[in-house]
Amino acid sequence: MTRMPRLALLAPAAVLAAALAGLVPLLVFAAAQGGQFALDAYVWRILGFTLLQAGLSTVLSLAIAIPAARALAFRPFPGRGLLLALFAVPQALPAIVVVLALVELYGQSGWFGGLLSLYGLSGILLAHVFFNLALALRFCLEALEDVTPENLRLADQLGFSSRARWRHVEWPALRALLPRLAALIFLLCAASFVVVLTLGGPSATTLEVAIYQSLRMDFDVSRAVTLALLQAGLCLVLVLLAGQLAAPMTGPPRLRLLQPARRRAGWLGLLAVAISVALVLPPLLALLVSGATSFSPRPILYQAVGTSVVIAMLSAGMSLVLAWTLALLQLRLPRSRGVLNAISLLGLILPPAVLATGWFILLRGFVHGPASSIALISLLNALMSLPFSVALLHGAMAAQLLPQDRLCAQIGLSGWARFKLIDQPALTRPLAQAFLIAFILSFGDLTAVLMLGSQGVVTLPSLIASEMGQYRSATAQGTALLLALLSFTGTLIANRMGRTP
Amino acid sequence: MMIRIDNGLYRHGAFTLAIDLRVPRGAFAAVLGPSGAGKSTLLNVIAGFEPLAKGSVMLDSRDMTMAGPAERPVTAVFQDHNSFAHLDAWSNVALGLSPTLSLDSKQRNDVDRALDLVGLSALAKRRPGDMSGGERQRIAIARVLVRKRPILLLDEAFAALGPGLRREMLRLIKALHASEGLTTLMVTHQPEDARTIAGSVIFVDKGVVRAPEDTPKFFASTDAGVRAYLGEWT
Repeated sequence: MTRMPRLALLAPAAVLAAALAGLVPLLVFAAAQGGQFALDAYVWRILGFTLLQAGLSTVLSLAIAIPAARALAFRPFPGRGLLLALFAVPQALPAIVVVLALVELYGQSGWFGGLLSLYGLSGILLAHVFFNLALALRFCLEALEDVTPENLRLADQLGFSSRARWRHVEWPALRALLPRLAALIFLLCAASFVVVLTLGGPSATTLEVAIYQSLRMDFDVSRAVTLALLQAGLCLVLVLLAGQLAAPMTGPPRLRLLQPARRRAGWLGLLAVAISVALVLPPLLALLVSGATSFSPRPILYQAVGTSVVIAMLSAGMSLVLAWTLALLQLRLPRSRGVLNAISLLGLILPPAVLATGWFILLRGFVHGPASSIALISLLNALMSLPFSVALLHGAMAAQLLPQDRLCAQIGLSGWARFKLIDQPALTRPLAQAFLIAFILSFGDLTAVLMLGSQGVVTLPSLIASEMGQYRSATAQGTALLLALLSFTGTLIANRMGRTP
Repeated sequence: MMIRIDNGLYRHGAFTLAIDLRVPRGAFAAVLGPSGAGKSTLLNVIAGFEPLAKGSVMLDSRDMTMAGPAERPVTAVFQDHNSFAHLDAWSNVALGLSPTLSLDSKQRNDVDRALDLVGLSALAKRRPGDMSGGERQRIAIARVLVRKRPILLLDEAFAALGPGLRREMLRLIKALHASEGLTTLMVTHQPEDARTIAGSVIFVDKGVVRAPEDTPKFFASTDAGVRAYLGEWT
């Protein structure tokens, strides 16, 4: 067994410290107020709306994704690869970009203006379904494609109808996945910030947004604390329910080579596929068309790209070091695996608004100016990407390093020599992939910038948001297209790296 | 002829398999050949899981080239995953009669009898996950019995079992072959299985399915491909 240097324990310690620095001030502040939480009607209403929109988003996403996945699974047809690639795009897009695309489509002066009211519940659902329908579709497809070829052939041989296929083949394959998938989507929607901030309103606001508004607009710290504790509790429950699904989901699903089948999709499945395309494709087209026609290079744009790159580099660097160490520790200290896993999930359990609230209270009066702001934003982004990069690296290491242990022990290969000869060649790609994923997440992030930003810190996403706020939507479209293309290219490269060479 | 494939060509990427095959009614043929030669592909073509690029498939004197797996007079048994994990043994056999599991009393009797014949009566309510590998394969064989299709395809069906259990299953298959008159094709990696049970051998090598040859003749063959495949084994 390879031993880990004591120094490695600094990584979980640092993550824990950052999380506690977010949580403890909240508790202290709450205690100092005599433990009086202002659980008034306002708070209940916000909690209610948070659960309502997350619940509806989850149900809608799954209700369309499941029949669509049934129609697409096991059924090779021309254009299938293209369709699957389309459903991989939403994952690569920053939320602000999607919001802007939806405004361009369904806003008052949009292509389909007046079709529905974009601001409020319907707009939030539209954006959340855009992201999570594609996510759910890909998870369901992967689960369905795990059905053994023998079982598929058996179903064909026995002449299963669509109903019998569902009962005996598809439902058993999805049954274990669905509760966790629902919890994951619910979590993502409950903690969603940018979408609700931009498309919500006074009556359509969630805990995450309300925390931000109490803190940055109303300077009502005690209310922010109440909301943040509620939000942390909610997210903890959901993370526990989602379990290992909080793992990386990048790239199109890994699908096997399929035998040509004569099976035909039912009308329900075809309808679901059509709805999926109608929800996902138009915003992408709107983004391309209006972005390309209104793109204009200007100094503030270059400055924003520069700041975004700096923050993303810092954040991805931190994320990589922490994730690498945490993944190694999980592998080498199997008995502490649970604790270490919980630590790497802290970024999901304590959503950005919660951490930012705590840090805000702790550092009041100490932190000024762009430099410290950039450092905090990078740290917050690093924590948010940890669940994904740890899962990715742990998976790669378990597959690549563990099988080599016996042989290495036998020939006495250890330490640096082993790393250089055995581990490094096998890990270069996953490490680069983890860095890139953290980079992209941070590059497209608006949440941390809004929570912790200061004057003078302008990133690409925050530039879009401010241009939107000033009703310069044409300029914003161009900026959004640039951000989308950069994020998409990065994701594409990361996916390439994820494939075995 | 029970199975007749004329001028068949299977193609998948760079892999091709030429199939020109006649198997008489009631034959028991072993399918032998090196790994990756296309033994399973041959069975998949007969069962309708994979289409031919060229040629025709006649089964039981009917043209089945375009027919789906369920329409063909064929039951295939694979090495594993011959049952659905969420259903008990009885239901897994009953699926052979009705995909919706709605059986009349005669059909129920058939299922019970089939389970009895393969020695699974006591385990009817168990799920495949709680059964041994040999018991799981018996589910598949019981399903062969209730389906009553005249062609039986065994795709390394007993390869994962120990030697004693394997021989027992082969005896069971042999008895079925005799009592039901099933035309049987058996892919195996064990030449001795072929020698003890099969009347003829279909050798698949270098992209070609060769015509069935009497078993003793096959093992005495001086053909270079056959000798290379059998190696020291004689």
